Amino acid sequence: MSVKAMLAIIMTAVFVNNYVLQQFLGICPFLGVSKKLDQASGMSIAVIFVMCLATAVTWPIQYYLLTPRSGAYDLGYMQTIVFILVIAALVQLIEMVLKKYLPALHKSLGVYLPLITTNCAVLGVCIANIDSRYGFGHSMLNSFGSGLGFFLAMVLFSGVRSRTEYCDPPEAFRGLPITLVAASIVSVSFFGFAGVIEKLFG
Amino acid sequence: MRRLSTLTRGIILENPVLVLVLGTCPSLAVSTQASNAIGMGVAATAVLLGSNICISALRKVIPDKVRIPCYIVLIAGFVTVVQMIVKAYAPALDKALGLYLPLIVVNCIILGRAEMYANKNGVFDSALDAIGMGAGFTLTLLVMSSIREIIGNGTWYGMKIPVLADNHISILTMAPGGFFVFGCLIALVNKISKGKAPRKSEFGCEGCPSAAACGKLKPEEVISE
Repeated sequence: MSVKAMLAIIMTAVFVNNYVLQQFLGICPFLGVSKKLDQASGMSIAVIFVMCLATAVTWPIQYYLLTPRSGAYDLGYMQTIVFILVIAALVQLIEMVLKKYLPALHKSLGVYLPLITTNCAVLGVCIANIDSRYGFGHSMLNSFGSGLGFFLAMVLFSGVRSRTEYCDPPEAFRGLPITLVAASIVSVSFFGFAGVIEKLFG
Repeated sequence: MRRLSTLTRGIILENPVLVLVLGTCPSLAVSTQASNAIGMGVAATAVLLGSNICISALRKVIPDKVRIPCYIVLIAGFVTVVQMIVKAYAPALDKALGLYLPLIVVNCIILGRAEMYANKNGVFDSALDAIGMGAGFTLTLLVMSSIREIIGNGTWYGMKIPVLADNHISILTMAPGGFFVFGCLIALVNKISKGKAPRKSEFGCEGCPSAAACGKLKPEEVISE
């Protein structure tokens, strides 16, 4: 895979298929944890980390355990159960390892880890990689790019959100509704990237 | 009477999407067409019904410490069953919902109801709760998708609407429109139920499996203050 192709995969995942703003995955943390910049970036770094690890684990499971290439048997229907359990166990394991060996990192990222278990973006990226029949390298790059896209959306939006805090919308729009309207405008801004990536790498 | 309110409160007063703000991802993603919305709503309701009944029946057997993993396994089992049924009998719907069908597993409405209701109440009540919440979810999806499909695409359930079909505002069917319509609907519910609807902080979050961790993040109220 050439560097150009790798860049194209990552850029597409970050800008064009942005998980939060274009595909609506991981909306809960996007709305819940984006209030402060440090929380938003901490959460997204944890998401990037877990997404890459989860893909690195679930991809081999799918192709060597559930649907082996030899075609001896087909357990493809177990995908949902196996993936969610693997991700949940993985997150627990990461938390334990961090706590034991890297307490400093655990202190800054640890609180976000349990939140990630039921984050649909993580399970989403694992299943999407299989559904799109990506190879292992492509899957890893796609996961990394998707995580990066999540990071970008969170960081951008925490900035937007600090402004909506001080504005004075109609009573009924206070709180969540005005946040969603702001998210819609941020989402529009991502449309602009579609053509750019195509022209750059197409 | 109490049973009736168990059944109906999910539809408006404790609407899972608009009041509890659970399950936002699928609501935003599949509400581009009324037919997809109904399919998603029915699929999620089926999973919710199954998981609520099972969890409520097993509530004395499942040890408290490992309840979340147990719930996830049960829910994932039901999702797999629904996935197989949809694949077999409604392949078009399977294609339209795509990724979001397996993602019912992480739909917080289902885990949320298990944690908030089914593990404290009897089987029959839990089933009623599931039907009510499922109906609330489906109706919300239907309303949202109708708005988006009619204005954004000029059709409803595939039928063309005379004037709008030629003058549709297609951004409403795209991602930004989802956020916008969702925000407006929540504002509308706020306006109608002014003060009467329970606050998110009162019970929305406690059902979330990550509530404990989440609480550490934000001492002040988060989403809808």
